[in-house]
Amino acid sequence: MAPFRPYRRYHPGTQPELLHPAYVSSQKRAPSQPLVHLPHTISEVTGPVFGDELVDVKASDLTKQHSAEPIGERIIVSGRVIDEDGRPLPHTLVEIWQANSAGRYAHAIDQHDAPLDPNFTGCGHTVTDAEGRYRFVTIKPGAYPWQNHYNAWRAAHIHFSVFGPAFATRLISQMYFPGDPLMVNDPIFNCTADESARNRLISLFDLKTTMPLHALGYQFDIVMSGRDATPFEQDHGAHR
Amino acid sequence: MTPDSGTLRATTWQTVGPFFKIGLAWLYREDLADANVLGERIEITGHVFDADGNTVPDAVLELWQANSQGKYAHPEDEQNKPIDAGFSGFGRIATDDQGRFRFTTIKPGQVPAPEISGKAGTAWAPLQAPHINVSVCTRGLLRRLVTRIYFPDDAANAADFALLKVAPARRSTLIAKRSANSPSKFEWNLVLKGSNETVFFDI
Repeated sequence: MAPFRPYRRYHPGTQPELLHPAYVSSQKRAPSQPLVHLPHTISEVTGPVFGDELVDVKASDLTKQHSAEPIGERIIVSGRVIDEDGRPLPHTLVEIWQANSAGRYAHAIDQHDAPLDPNFTGCGHTVTDAEGRYRFVTIKPGAYPWQNHYNAWRAAHIHFSVFGPAFATRLISQMYFPGDPLMVNDPIFNCTADESARNRLISLFDLKTTMPLHALGYQFDIVMSGRDATPFEQDHGAHR
Repeated sequence: MTPDSGTLRATTWQTVGPFFKIGLAWLYREDLADANVLGERIEITGHVFDADGNTVPDAVLELWQANSQGKYAHPEDEQNKPIDAGFSGFGRIATDDQGRFRFTTIKPGQVPAPEISGKAGTAWAPLQAPHINVSVCTRGLLRRLVTRIYFPDDAANAADFALLKVAPARRSTLIAKRSANSPSKFEWNLVLKGSNETVFFDI
């Protein structure tokens, strides 16, 4: 069998530390022991493959899932899923979820005193095309308050879940909107040390994908780990 | 190289938050193997705990495993072993109000370990012990945690590539416990932080 080709490790500083005390919930849930370094094996360089049976046009248009249109500013969120070497990642599953335009999630434990919208669930999924492209139609989510600290508000965001080609490339993140004044005080947005890594979570307003008389366009590209050229990284033997 | 050198960098993780069910429940898969899939049928249950020993009712686990022959349903697994139709090897489960999770599957077979390179004495076996790869996400976790579930009394555990990287005193956190009454049932608990904290891997 051919040697395993590992995926590249994250560049230092570009991912959040597990413990970020300003995000209070991380204090009780982030592990205290260091992670154990594991060179990639066949278990990590393989991953779930989802077929075209998951392609469902209705699932990528969150404004068409009920009998009437949801309230809010209609938007188109599109982009490409690529790897760190710029290669498109076709046929990969992209899932999103979000609050409605009033900042309320259609979830039993969301107690925010803002109206639910009977025409908006806030759930979508799609599969990237041959060029790695995806596209969702939705409404712009509202900001909402939370209990993290006094007068805490989450910046408006859409949750993204992407699989990529392997168990090692799994990514769950959040997309933000340009110019949102709440980002500067949002401990979740700010949990990553590297400023440019944080800023890559902010979508770009895009006139090209804006549909005249219909919906504003936002571009959000997602980058997954690239691949090392060497077949197998040096292993340093027994446990540390 | 600085982060601003123009090189593409992997997108940063963000927490799943408390409301992930809205977006992820459509793909919950707690029974990984339908009736036609070959292998030893097993059930694994457990709880997720936080630093205070409280159960975590808002965790989501994703599972990735080989079939009973030790082959992953993925194009890069080039082993000359059969693929099981109807077995993708993927599962996704959430904890309930009591922080409990449950899934059924077949016991995975052994998959290859990396080839031994360099000095003698790095004595892992050419095959990894049967294991299920696990990603854990919860509110409060800014990125996923990765761990593995192994099986008790499996002779291959002693020379497993990944277990040998773990301090001996902590290896038991990765090994499920077999039910005394029902040999096909296992318990495996996941402790995010605190005493008996589960081993998590940097992959």
